Amino acid sequence: MPEPLLAVDRVTRRFGGLIAVNDASFTAREGRITALIGPNGAGKTTLFSIISGFLKASAGTVRYAGEDITGEPPHLLARRGIARTFQIVQPFAGLSVLENILVGAHLHNRTRDAALAVATRVGQDVGLTDLLDRPAATLTVAARKRLELARALAIEPKVLLLDEVLAGLNPSEIRDIVPFIRTLCDRGITIVMIEHVMQAVMSLAEDVFVLAEGRVIAEGRPARVAADPLVIEAYLGHGAAGKLGASHGH
Amino acid sequence: MKALVPIAAVIGVLALVPLVVHSTATLNFLVVALMIALAGQGWNILGGYGGQYSFGHAAFFGTGAYVTAILQVRYGVNAWLGFGAGIAAGAGLGAIIGGLTFRSGLRGSYFALVTLAFAELLRIIASVAPITGAGVGTLIKLDLGARAFQFQSRAVFYWVILALVAASLVTTRLVECSRFGVWLTAVRENEDAAQSLGVDAQRVKSTAMIVSGAMTAAAGCLYAQYFLFVDSGIAYGTWISIEALLTPIIGGVGTVFGPLIGALVVKSLGEVAKLVAGDAPGLDLIIYGAVLVAVIWLSPRGLIGGFAQARQWFRRFVVPTVTSSQETGRA
Repeated sequence: MPEPLLAVDRVTRRFGGLIAVNDASFTAREGRITALIGPNGAGKTTLFSIISGFLKASAGTVRYAGEDITGEPPHLLARRGIARTFQIVQPFAGLSVLENILVGAHLHNRTRDAALAVATRVGQDVGLTDLLDRPAATLTVAARKRLELARALAIEPKVLLLDEVLAGLNPSEIRDIVPFIRTLCDRGITIVMIEHVMQAVMSLAEDVFVLAEGRVIAEGRPARVAADPLVIEAYLGHGAAGKLGASHGH
Repeated sequence: MKALVPIAAVIGVLALVPLVVHSTATLNFLVVALMIALAGQGWNILGGYGGQYSFGHAAFFGTGAYVTAILQVRYGVNAWLGFGAGIAAGAGLGAIIGGLTFRSGLRGSYFALVTLAFAELLRIIASVAPITGAGVGTLIKLDLGARAFQFQSRAVFYWVILALVAASLVTTRLVECSRFGVWLTAVRENEDAAQSLGVDAQRVKSTAMIVSGAMTAAAGCLYAQYFLFVDSGIAYGTWISIEALLTPIIGGVGTVFGPLIGALVVKSLGEVAKLVAGDAPGLDLIIYGAVLVAVIWLSPRGLIGGFAQARQWFRRFVVPTVTSSQETGRA
């Protein structure tokens, strides 16, 4: 089996007395979609922040394409091809949509013309063509999520870390964006997504890792993980799996 | 290149002024206004485009002024070389202050306070150090002639400084449409998001501070060369830190013409206030202050921002009513 493109190995992160991520490991296979799920406060976003260099790990390593990248600053990781979106969208509010995407497009394109061409194309890809001249501050939630995605794509990433891009979207918006995420994967971008919308996780992800209280408590195919008693208990509370099983028995 | 046309037009018009206006007082006024515009443009690169509000740009202005003056007076260096050295010193100081503040992660008001502290520190040193002439200051010997960067005619000096203002406008415009400029505004808008897109925020900010320091130092050099005198209160005084940030804020922060418009307006306002106030002590400053407060209150994005807003408002409300009334008229 080839080495996974991204490998998080026994990472721990403490905030004072609180252990946000506790000895967590997961891998993302190249060209696949990997999902990170778990109840609120499980440490998923903290783990993303460690991978993308915004937080230092208290222990453990992150390997990318065979190299140890633990503790590298965010801008160098972005240059290596690791892009992330933020759970709470972080648009450059004072700039237009196109200017927002342009920031990312400039990473691999020095001249303005080349960067503009890339930014326009990426904007088109995510369906923002009509909004390119609008100030980012005036966008709807759904459009902001698309912008977040467009900006990350503009740096031409190899790995894309998506932190709840579907949160806050209505079902029809979700139906629009799910196939788009799949096309990204078809283009060869390795995707790691944190997601609460289980329907999307089940249809998109090939590998799922479940985090609860900072630990990875289950991993595997989506269907198997969803049926795992440990996972059900983590979401619904102690004893829930047993009760569910009993009610199914009736 | 098309983007440089407005700059050429504005500079062209300003270049004609000494041909029409011969009053020494007016030219004097314009020379000082242009110096402030240059200092303000320096501030604008870092503060307007980079979002790093410095309260201590006197540090650069004063360093430029002192380096030019001291090199000439104490070391007999040619004035033009001194001018170049003054600009280089401003850039160097920018690298030092930028390196220290940005590396330690200072942002917002902490950054502002530290820059203020640097300027004050330099002012105190300059007021006691023998090399600066301490409390007496440094007097540059009168030596009229282009070789010594001194001109009998105020008009010539006006054109020299106008050329430098033109250079600063072009530099700003080039920054605006370069990758560096795009990254700089990204850092201003959201530093974390910028970093996640591969922007080395610390480096971008430090570079901006170097360019900024060089520009404001150039204004300081010109000040020394024009008045042929520098002391610590002039060079490193709070007045220039305030003027350097006030002019872009009034004119339009993060715009190419903001500092120039701001400097002309703020300086004119000061003169008008003096006229209106007459002999009443302090009244001119009260009028001056009140108008500044009004501008910032009514148009937080400066005169340029206010103008754009007014135009948008005009398009949205006035133009449609005109066309719709025409249509009803036809019907």
